[in-house]
Amino acid sequence: MKTMKVNVVTPDGPVYESDVEMVSTKAQTGELGIMPGHIPMVAPLEIGAVRLIKDGKTDLVAVSGGFLEVRPDTVTVLAQTAEKSNDIDVERAMRAKERAEQRLREKQQENVDFKRAELALRRAINRISIAQGK
Amino acid sequence: MASLRDIKNRITSTKKTSQITKAMEMVSSSKWNRGVQNAKAFVPYMEKIQEVTFSIAMGAKDANHPMLNSRPVKKTGYLVITSDRGLAGAFNSNVIRQVYQTIQKRHKSNDEFAIIAIGRVGRDFFTKQGMNVMLEITGVADQPSFTEIKDIASSTVGMFADGTFDELYVYYSHYVSAISQEVTEKKLLPLTDMEAPTKLTSYEFEPNAEEILEVLLPQYAESLIYGSLLDSKASEHAARMNAMKNATDNANELINSLSLSYNRARQAAITQEITEIVGGAAALE
Repeated sequence: MKTMKVNVVTPDGPVYESDVEMVSTKAQTGELGIMPGHIPMVAPLEIGAVRLIKDGKTDLVAVSGGFLEVRPDTVTVLAQTAEKSNDIDVERAMRAKERAEQRLREKQQENVDFKRAELALRRAINRISIAQGK
Repeated sequence: MASLRDIKNRITSTKKTSQITKAMEMVSSSKWNRGVQNAKAFVPYMEKIQEVTFSIAMGAKDANHPMLNSRPVKKTGYLVITSDRGLAGAFNSNVIRQVYQTIQKRHKSNDEFAIIAIGRVGRDFFTKQGMNVMLEITGVADQPSFTEIKDIASSTVGMFADGTFDELYVYYSHYVSAISQEVTEKKLLPLTDMEAPTKLTSYEFEPNAEEILEVLLPQYAESLIYGSLLDSKASEHAARMNAMKNATDNANELINSLSLSYNRARQAAITQEITEIVGGAAALE
């Protein structure tokens, strides 16, 4: 089966680099599945998982927003943070989740903090669910 | 002439100093190595995001975004990156001097500019000068991760977006090589002076170019800030390594010349003693 090169890069360095058969992820406009030969495209991503399918196996990478850049033979994910499923620090994510939940309970009034806490909570939940393999 | 014991004391204390500076040099050199590696690890991300940003900003001419247009400048933001600690030679003073001079030249009153300080040395200086330090962050790790400065980077970019200032410059020490770092001024915002990429790709946008720019440009500007910080960290460690190496060399030189005068003084004392004994013996005859 045809493959394409996939790179997941973050400011702290490349996270994932491999040839895969299909990339499937959630963009802000909805679920996207990309196979080799796709037309060039750019789409912002949601906080979520990037699923990379190769030889019937699926690798999961957790991303916190960012971009998907598609070219016919390469796909690049530009994210501010990204981790492979087995690199995720579950304990840290759990702590972040608790912190965010607590903040959400306390500061219902102030909007700015509320939004940030909500994002933090979503990131934490995303990491935990990906680490546990869904 | 200093007594034997004085010289001996000075030699011992200089030796101790040189041990310390030597150790600091080695610490800096390992931090410097990691710093350079971090700066390298950042390159692929930067190149890619630059390529995409430029392709979109150039490719979609109809797409417009406040961050791409220059507007009349009422207030200028200066992002100054220094270190938290000294003992790095002229590393901090070079950056601070250039910022200070530029500000003196360009602005007449304190209302025309705002300073965002990364690093304690810069913050202390500008606060002491009574300048308007709007945001500050100190205690950034030697190997900073992106999350650490994400907050200050996004608030800085946010301040441009909400019109707190109308242009943003970053000043930092650019790492050229282990022995040379130069102070660099870079205009971060608005993103006007973009060079067209060599290969323009025309993309499909999902959902559309404007909304992508809305997310992409802040992320791009934040990455530029992070990139400058990494660059500055690499040169900080290189500068400190050099300063400490010079200190060690100087200490060794001092020890050499002190040992020389110590030996001379010792020899003089022995000679004097012999002369005294001989003189005493001669007087008895």
